[in-house]
Amino acid sequence: MRKLYTKKQSKKDELKNLEPSKETIQFLLNYSKNLRIVDFQGIKFESILN
Amino acid sequence: MNNVEITDAVLVRNYMNGNEAALSTLINRHQHRIYSFIFSKVFDRDVAEDIFQDTFIKVIKTLKKGKYNEEGKFLPWVMRIAHNLVIDHFRKNKRMPKFDNSGDFNIFSVLSDSDLNAETQIIKDQIENDVKELIKELPEDQLEVLTMRIYKDMSFKEISERTGVSINTALGRMRYALINLRKIIEKHNLVLTN
Repeated sequence: MRKLYTKKQSKKDELKNLEPSKETIQFLLNYSKNLRIVDFQGIKFESILN
Repeated sequence: MNNVEITDAVLVRNYMNGNEAALSTLINRHQHRIYSFIFSKVFDRDVAEDIFQDTFIKVIKTLKKGKYNEEGKFLPWVMRIAHNLVIDHFRKNKRMPKFDNSGDFNIFSVLSDSDLNAETQIIKDQIENDVKELIKELPEDQLEVLTMRIYKDMSFKEISERTGVSINTALGRMRYALINLRKIIEKHNLVLTN
């Protein structure tokens, strides 16, 4: 029988080292930088600057 | 050595005042807890990633619009947004169930026949007839409330008006009707499942 040399992670271990990808974080930071909220007569408009 | 950590409240205020770096600190500080929380519910890295992203998009929009008020704490607020988005995700999936495409495509994984077949229909009719017979053993006042509620689909307000008792009494009678019905089912050793 083929041997498995990798140890299966338990659910607990799996939850320990969980983090979102760097791309997601970068996207959020860029999104935040590009998002402008314009207030016009009490109505708030969103615009994304590229 | 600078041991003083800037609090979330200060970072949020700085971010709302235009300091973009404050958001980066907030995300770095809490990303693990928020992402783990989402993953522990959905058990799919891609879905968790999407929900994490949507959570912070909501956070960013709310903060930029100045709608956030520091009544509660920042992290519980973000966790609440994530929690609601997880619920939305499951609701959406319920409406549009995904099929398992790990093996050969099976059309019955996306199509299902919810109608009862002839056998289950006969069993259902039989159970309904048995229940109709059983409720006749209930005391008159309980039988009256149960019939109005279940078979005539009346509200407890309507039942209380019709029978001349308070809503609480009607609720109590319904409760005892169900308790007694269970006792009758146990006494007769009946199995009323399809």
